[in-house]
Amino acid sequence: MSRQIDVSDLDIYYGSFLAVEKVTMEIKPRSITALIGPSGCGKSTFLRSLNRMHEVIPGARVEGKVVLDGQDLYGPGVDPVAVRRSVGMVFQNPNPFPTMSIYDNVLAGMRLNNKRLKRSEADAVVEHSLRGANLWKEVQDRLDRPGAGLSGGQQQRLCIARAIAVQPQVLLMDEPCSALDPISTLAIEDLMGELKKEYTIVIVTHNMQQASRVSDRTGFFNIEGTGKPGKLVEMDATDTIFSNPSVKATEDYVSGRFG
Amino acid sequence: MSSPHDTGTRTEDRAGDGRTSPEDPDAAVLTRHQPPSLAASMHASLPRWAGAAAAALGVLVAAALVAVTDVHVALAVVVGAVVGVAAFVVASRVVEGERAATDRFVTALVTIAFVVALLPLVSVVWTTVSRGLARFDGAFFTQSMYNVIGEGGGAYHAIMGTLIITGVATLISVPIGTLTAIYLVEYGGDNRLSKVITFLVDVMTGIPSIVAGLFSLALFTLLFGPGLRIGIMGSVALSVLMIPIVVRAVEEMLRIVPARLRESSYALGVPKWLTIVKVVLPTAASGIASGVVIAIARVMGETAPLLVTVGLTASTNFNPFEGRMAVLPVFAYYQIITPGIPPQAFIDRAWTSALLLILFVMVLNVGARVLARALAPKTR
Repeated sequence: MSRQIDVSDLDIYYGSFLAVEKVTMEIKPRSITALIGPSGCGKSTFLRSLNRMHEVIPGARVEGKVVLDGQDLYGPGVDPVAVRRSVGMVFQNPNPFPTMSIYDNVLAGMRLNNKRLKRSEADAVVEHSLRGANLWKEVQDRLDRPGAGLSGGQQQRLCIARAIAVQPQVLLMDEPCSALDPISTLAIEDLMGELKKEYTIVIVTHNMQQASRVSDRTGFFNIEGTGKPGKLVEMDATDTIFSNPSVKATEDYVSGRFG
Repeated sequence: MSSPHDTGTRTEDRAGDGRTSPEDPDAAVLTRHQPPSLAASMHASLPRWAGAAAAALGVLVAAALVAVTDVHVALAVVVGAVVGVAAFVVASRVVEGERAATDRFVTALVTIAFVVALLPLVSVVWTTVSRGLARFDGAFFTQSMYNVIGEGGGAYHAIMGTLIITGVATLISVPIGTLTAIYLVEYGGDNRLSKVITFLVDVMTGIPSIVAGLFSLALFTLLFGPGLRIGIMGSVALSVLMIPIVVRAVEEMLRIVPARLRESSYALGVPKWLTIVKVVLPTAASGIASGVVIAIARVMGETAPLLVTVGLTASTNFNPFEGRMAVLPVFAYYQIITPGIPPQAFIDRAWTSALLLILFVMVLNVGARVLARALAPKTR
């Protein structure tokens, strides 16, 4: 199920403003790729361009190629809805659907698409996804309760369960732990370690310890100044980025000397 | 046993005079850094009943003025209010200090404003209930005015007419209003068309109801010739008044649905229209329902547009597409404006119709709250 993504010469625009310039990167299957960099450097924008969520914002567009297993996501005739079904996303703030129970939240991706499921199939999907998100034990006896009643960390794992229930090939995570306490963060990091056996994971994080703990490869984004586009400065194995980066700016950033 | 007691005494000492024994170095440091003690800034306060006493004084003064002199009641009330407030504020200033007195003054003003605002409402409810109860009986709800000349009869035909015409108006307005709001919030963005629609909705909110009635009359006259009076004409007139209210209410509810819910739905590969139908609308359902019910309550009592479009009849008519229909406001209007003999029977029927309209609106408002609570997203 897990696929490789090849990005080449990707320019990302908001209207006429060039937000991210000429990104070329290779995202390996069954691994975790972390994107780090200062605020406003375009790493979240880049992440959102990987499943065409970027264009939800009016005026936003991209130029260049994002190729998932030989298929250009921005090619003519490609349906953004289909892209999002194979490239799932988890957001910074946990956002379960407030009108739905835990059970329905997990099935949201299918139910909302008017897919009919037998009760037994639905039960199996819910259990498999919740187990996959490491939440099953905590909620198995209250699946009919509203998802909004869970704690923040549980809600975030519910959102991960919801994302993996539609069996995507890639999972994008936009600062998934920044609104969570250290214990919930640890739970999610453990979960990422499990998930990478099946999925290609890309995570944006501000927490460099987190990047060094969980990821296999790390990309460093930087911006030269306000109004300038963000760029991918360097991308390498995580160990290399944090111990022996080849660019000075990367070393400054990961060691806390920047600006 | 003794240790908690000791602690308590020490704490009391510190709070009491702000000084403790000088040989305790810890306490000395604490004292030096403490802001002016809370106890020093405390002062006496007026007793709890002071406000009521001031109000009573104002009422007494007003009553005395009316009894002894021949000033007008309204002037006496104003003088009484001024005296009561002045006494209250002066007493507060003497006992509590300037800041508290200002607070008391504003509290008194706000309370008086509240009472003034409430007076007409209480007066209307009181008048309507006291005069409307005379005919609030079984016959009023079960009989029409068919073959009734003097006493007796009822408003069954008008009740049914009101329910049918507002019901049909709701059926017309809710889909149009909701879809318009969805276009404005989800699709239109800031484009020219949505700006024009928003402007027109604003204009429609302000049009006088008689204009809505005349619009409907003109429309049906153009289509089917002059002299037509049928229920659907009234429904169309009411829709013209209702649509802008529904658009506004639904628009506001859709705008407060967080964008992140839409995004997480898109991220699951759900198309936009399904996201709107299955995520956005259910999340906003509670507010939409109460907005719609309040819009119904708002148009239910309209008289002028129904006067010119549906006319009046003495018998029951369930068909909004044929023949005149009676509705409560128009029924009440004709009962009181053209009384027969004995006149009191007609006046009583008019008041009971008015009472019934108030009850309808009240039930709808309570219903809106119940519905909103039932549909609201739950967290446990």
